[in-house]
Amino acid sequence: MTAQEKVKTDETSQNNLLFEEADWDAALIDKVYNAIDEIAIGEMKLEPYPSQIEVITSEQMLDAYASTGMPLFYNHWSFGKQFAYNEAMYRKGYQGLAYEIVINSDPCVCYIMEENSATMQTLVIAHAAFGHSHFFRNNYVFKQWTDASGIIDYLAFAKSFIAKCEDKYGPDEVEKVLDSAHALQSHGIHRYPKKRQASLAEEADRERLRREHGEALFNDLWRTVPDKEKKQVTEDEAILARQREILGLPEENILYFLEKTAPRLEPWKREILRIVRLIAQYFYPQRQTKMMNEGCATYTHHRIMTRLHEKGQISDGSYLEFLHSHSGVVMQPEFDDQRFSGINPYALGFAMCEDIERICNEPTHEDLEWFPDIAGRGNHMEVLKDIWANFRDESFVLQYLSPHLIRKLGLFHIVDDSEEDEIEVAAIHDERGYLKVRRALSRDYDVSRADPNIQVSDVDLAGDRCLNLTHYISEGVLLDADDTWRVMRHLCNLWGYPVALREVDPNGKVVEKYVLDPEDA
Amino acid sequence: MHIIDRRREGGKSLTNRQRFLKRSKKLVKKAVKEAASGRSIKDTGKGGDVVIPADGVHEPSLRKGRFGGRRERVLPGNKEYLEGDRIERPEDGEGGGSKASDGGEGQDDFTFNLSSEEFMELFLEDLELPDLAKRQVMGVEDVIPERAGFQSSGPPTSIAIGRTMRNSMSRRIALKRPREGEIEIAEKALAKLKVDDAPSAKIKTAQDKIDTLKRRKKFIPFIDPIDVKYRRFEGVPQPVARAVMFCLMDVSGSMDKHMKDLAKRFYSLLYLFLQTRYSRVEVVFIRHTHEAKEVDEQTFFYSRESGGTIVSTALEEMLEVVRDRFPADQWNIYAAQASDGDNLPSDNLKTVSMLQDVILPLCQYYAYLEVGNDEQQRFRMSGDEETGLWRAYHHLVASGGDVAMRKVKHRREIFPVFADLFKKRETASEAASA
Repeated sequence: MTAQEKVKTDETSQNNLLFEEADWDAALIDKVYNAIDEIAIGEMKLEPYPSQIEVITSEQMLDAYASTGMPLFYNHWSFGKQFAYNEAMYRKGYQGLAYEIVINSDPCVCYIMEENSATMQTLVIAHAAFGHSHFFRNNYVFKQWTDASGIIDYLAFAKSFIAKCEDKYGPDEVEKVLDSAHALQSHGIHRYPKKRQASLAEEADRERLRREHGEALFNDLWRTVPDKEKKQVTEDEAILARQREILGLPEENILYFLEKTAPRLEPWKREILRIVRLIAQYFYPQRQTKMMNEGCATYTHHRIMTRLHEKGQISDGSYLEFLHSHSGVVMQPEFDDQRFSGINPYALGFAMCEDIERICNEPTHEDLEWFPDIAGRGNHMEVLKDIWANFRDESFVLQYLSPHLIRKLGLFHIVDDSEEDEIEVAAIHDERGYLKVRRALSRDYDVSRADPNIQVSDVDLAGDRCLNLTHYISEGVLLDADDTWRVMRHLCNLWGYPVALREVDPNGKVVEKYVLDPEDA
Repeated sequence: MHIIDRRREGGKSLTNRQRFLKRSKKLVKKAVKEAASGRSIKDTGKGGDVVIPADGVHEPSLRKGRFGGRRERVLPGNKEYLEGDRIERPEDGEGGGSKASDGGEGQDDFTFNLSSEEFMELFLEDLELPDLAKRQVMGVEDVIPERAGFQSSGPPTSIAIGRTMRNSMSRRIALKRPREGEIEIAEKALAKLKVDDAPSAKIKTAQDKIDTLKRRKKFIPFIDPIDVKYRRFEGVPQPVARAVMFCLMDVSGSMDKHMKDLAKRFYSLLYLFLQTRYSRVEVVFIRHTHEAKEVDEQTFFYSRESGGTIVSTALEEMLEVVRDRFPADQWNIYAAQASDGDNLPSDNLKTVSMLQDVILPLCQYYAYLEVGNDEQQRFRMSGDEETGLWRAYHHLVASGGDVAMRKVKHRREIFPVFADLFKKRETASEAASA
């Protein structure tokens, strides 16, 4: 458990409780916020964005769910569907509502529900306005991919643009484009930063280096080696290669490709594709860091609540209320439990952060061997902050999942090969298995492995303008056929000419082929 | 840090919700009809939950299939497994290889909570009353008050304040009633004169002026009774379309619960439908065996009678009720008869002639619903076995009688039959072909 600091006696002796009842008002929130601020900034040295706390009702929370939490979003029926679904679940009592929603923006917008008790509001502010907000501001994936200060403005633009399109071209037309764009949303993401155009000076510099390198390696002998028959490349092939280069093929961001090159798309439709694509891109870091982000926020709120209790600012009763909620959040059902539905990101994230704290402060021999750079270093806050800034889920697990934790959670790795009759237990929590389990779990968190690898491979510009996509099959898992046919229809709508998708196994053999002509679509 | 209270702003989901409804209209419509069939006659039109299947509004994406290939997973909570163990593949779901449901997958069916307007709109879409133009009978003329200028007497509630004040002002100006503050100004002037030791003549004229003003003010009231005007209303007679719906049903022993249920469903649809088209709808329940009687709804549907079957008695009863309470020139008359098709053979002729000569000319619409059940169907082997009553009515229709006839055997056929009877059509003539 937490290495608790010595409680100063004078802190607890006087009654400095922030609140005694469950009721709260704006003044109390303010007071609570300042008390948390003292711990989070003063003691933990977190660096969150400034906060904007918004009080909402449960219905508004359902609303926020539907529009992926964003305060303003364009209109689309799928959000209505989300709303209907969540509302039904909530009304039937199958699902509680989140206590808060936090948005990666500057200032950081946190929604808190009016139903929460004062203790819960404290927890929620600590969790969202400090934990998540610190993570958003400092983690490299967010820094690289999102612009926190611009997102709200961009959403406002998107909403008004789409509303204008609806006025001009009719809601049905706009809905069609949005449907198609949404279907391709998962493949509307740049996974790597685009190659930056080199400036002239850089270009010249590179040319010079290349020449120097050539001169350094100069050997007259090479001249005597017969050239490979270079003339093989025919003119046609050269044109094709040039074409592919201009089109930027292969391209894995399908929405981007359509936006830039689809021949029949009207400009406003391109802009809509762009909006959907950019919003998907904005959420991409959240998918990559879900577990760490929750771990960071949960660790932060746990720490802050504990400190508030130590300082006598919340009562024992409140602390128990908090612990009850907290232990519910970080509960990890085991694999054979009815409630099991995958690994709980809160549970694993929190456990890993706690574990890192333990490794820093009270390392075992094993830890010293596995984590020589942090074991016994003390000052766990610095270590954690560094980790929160420089890792994402996949690399975080790969680097910091300790044997201790693997044992504690009883993690084991299974391989389910459809060609075999039984599932194989590939590794368990023992000396031989730690690395394998860790590697497998890390792969589980690799977002780019979860999505099928589909690329725009070619366009038949000279022929029927057919758009060719290729799915590079990994581990023998094919695409879901029903869904793929439906998406093909959307692709046809946007491209305007035939579309073909081939599923290719690692040997280059075409396993499955989808071809659709817009006339049949 | 800012705290913003957004609770007053309400939800933003309405537009999206309506779009979703529109999108899934077909599905919702189907669900609405199913939901309606499970309700009682009075509740049919109320809003409420309807359930539509989730895959009807599925959002596709390019994703990996759920089966096949090689899948790896890391699970928590190992108890007994060792490296290299082989586990039997579980049938479905957790504990093994198949991935836990990822977004969109495995969602339950949707439950919609519809308001009663939404419900009715979806429920009765694409239906209309036949031949309304032909015999749009207007009911007793209701008088609706309409504004018609002003009058000088009336109840205090209808005082026209604007008009009253206008009158008062013009009168005050004409009679030179001193304005607000005019007296005070004069008094101040007088006081100043006194202070300045002005000549007494001047003081006197000033004093006189004040007296005149005061007198004027006293005699000329701010509001005089002649100023007061009242809003005048005139009763404008307004034709009110209203309808009476006759439910005729055979309740003899051969009508079982299932058949009555079918009839009831048909009646509730008709009731609802008429309600949306007329401001007033009355319902008359007439049940008959070998004799007919007007009863209340509860008795109509739920009490049992025994006896023979003579349809014409019900028609006679109906005629009597029409004569008594619903003169045909003031009411739109709709009648729906439900029967299993049994009738005393000798009565068929009488029934047909009554219909043709008296009832049909009175009615806006006459529907005959023959209810049966599946077992009966199977018993008789051939489907086109016709009952005596059916044959008789069929003759009537063939010779130009305007009776809408349908056979219904199962609950699920009720709505299609109803929708078919009332669907919008160009020519209303072929309404009665079975």
